[in-house]
Amino acid sequence: MAEVSLQGEQRVFMTGNEVVAWAAVAAKVDIMYGYPITPQNEIMHYWTRLAPKYGKRFLQTEDEISAGFTMLGGVMTGRKSFTATAGPGNVLMQESAVMAEMMRLPAVYVIQQRGGPSTATVIYAQQELTLTCFGGNGEGHRIVYSTATHQELFDYTLKAFNAAWTYRFPTFVLGDGYQAKMREPLTIYDAESKGVKLVPTEPMVGEFKPGKQFRHLRNTYNTEEELYEVVMANQRDWDAMAPKVVEWFEKDCQDADVVFVCHGVVSRAAMGAIDELRAQGKKVGLFRPITVRPFPEKQLADAVKNAKKVVVAESAYGQLLKMVQVAVCGGKAEIVPMLRPGIGITTEELVEEYNKL
Amino acid sequence: MQELKENNVLQPAMPECWNEETKPHKFCPGCGHGIILKALGEVIDELDIKDKIVFGCDIGCSLLSWDFFACDSVQTHHGRTTPVITGMKRANTDIVGIAYMGDGGGYAIGSQHLFNAAVRGEKITIILCNNCNYGMTGGQMAPTTLPGMKTETSPYGRDVEQTGYPTKGPEMVAAVAPEGAYVARGTIANVRQLKGFIKKALENQIAGNGISFVECLSSCPTNWRTNAKQTWEFVEKDMAQYFKVGELRTPQAKEGK
Repeated sequence: MAEVSLQGEQRVFMTGNEVVAWAAVAAKVDIMYGYPITPQNEIMHYWTRLAPKYGKRFLQTEDEISAGFTMLGGVMTGRKSFTATAGPGNVLMQESAVMAEMMRLPAVYVIQQRGGPSTATVIYAQQELTLTCFGGNGEGHRIVYSTATHQELFDYTLKAFNAAWTYRFPTFVLGDGYQAKMREPLTIYDAESKGVKLVPTEPMVGEFKPGKQFRHLRNTYNTEEELYEVVMANQRDWDAMAPKVVEWFEKDCQDADVVFVCHGVVSRAAMGAIDELRAQGKKVGLFRPITVRPFPEKQLADAVKNAKKVVVAESAYGQLLKMVQVAVCGGKAEIVPMLRPGIGITTEELVEEYNKL
Repeated sequence: MQELKENNVLQPAMPECWNEETKPHKFCPGCGHGIILKALGEVIDELDIKDKIVFGCDIGCSLLSWDFFACDSVQTHHGRTTPVITGMKRANTDIVGIAYMGDGGGYAIGSQHLFNAAVRGEKITIILCNNCNYGMTGGQMAPTTLPGMKTETSPYGRDVEQTGYPTKGPEMVAAVAPEGAYVARGTIANVRQLKGFIKKALENQIAGNGISFVECLSSCPTNWRTNAKQTWEFVEKDMAQYFKVGELRTPQAKEGK
């Protein structure tokens, strides 16, 4: 097998975790901070093999709290930094994520969801949706991309660094154990060869220029009013940013009687179901939020405005459902939940669900 | 005036690296933080590293130092200063990283970070203020509360049968850090010595030897409910009796010799 490199474009056959490591190389990441937890381990395994070849660094920390905060330290020096985790590790990393929200730090987290809550399984779930979007004592000022394919894992990992450094909100790539471990073909590429411009970084502290202004960063405030001003300024930036970063995918929704709403790998099963049911002449469509935070609420409301039923299919018990309920509140479509916490959803099951409607 | 200063006859009132805009500082009257930070400030001046410093502080009283110096600074979550400064130093080795925290941030909530940074020999300087209690939250028992000492959560005195003995942080760091570490315990009751320890700790980082850790015995008259005389007696006698002042590790001394 030819050696993989990032010269131009290259067709490869990889696991999702390997894809993330290559995407980080493509994003010209300086350093990864990590702590072992399944199913994201191989991101670190591949990164530690690739990093020395590209002059990059790695630190294995004592836990996920430390991985999150050491990453914030790296980010503050203006070095492109990231971490990856899952499940209970994701819980621990929320502490750093809320500091990143409040201090507007361009931290990048890759989450390969495992079964939860608690330790649960090490395989698959979509039960970290709420945690990843809103976990923490803040307002959920973070960008979350939910990927479905290995190509997307590569593309959106690359994009996550650009979004984080453009808007200065923490950014998450939300994958899962199936994506992490399965192998499929994709194209990896050098960003410039595809016309993808890498957003430059800059240090927030530790910039040694003569006569520089020193900077004090904090996330503790003296009064409620002072805090209010900071949070509202962040909220205004968030509101201005959200329409620019929101992404979604829809197929055959405008004439559909029934619209499936899914995110992540479940939407791949839904794509199969749509094709199968359309071939039978059934009017079905698919709506898939790619950014689950910010959520494409208006786009979803528009996509289902002619539908009679909206089937929300997810490998969790109603986490996506709540977001959909908010988005289509007041619409005429009936919402039909298809909730399978921790369990994968197949094309056949979606077709079967449709036939029961 | 300049001549006098150069002749070391008259010391400047405050270190040059102090941020004048935030002075007088925000610590309680009688608090030891100001003394420790003055010693640190003088060392920063003497080593001329003001433009290379990133000063990180924790939550607790130490967070009041977030804008204390005319140097880059960052205030983090409780217990997380060590990993933040570690992350900076790992990403940019040109930085002189100082993690400043209290005994809660270093020995309780952040103990795993301190321990592991020590084990890894992170090339950062950690300065920890030991005042035998949690000051900012109102005087609860801390890892360093002395046996029999009354606090808000040990109102009848710390019972070591229930809560164990006070944490000896420098001893722990000295025991686990690899060669090249500098570990010392100073006290605000001997500022000249304390300043010497802090200077060696920063020089050790600049030399790239290994982790540098200085615990500073400090005072908290507000929560101790002590007057000036009682405060100094507690620092100089009670604390110094349990927490032995001195150098525990130097990079020059070979382990086991």
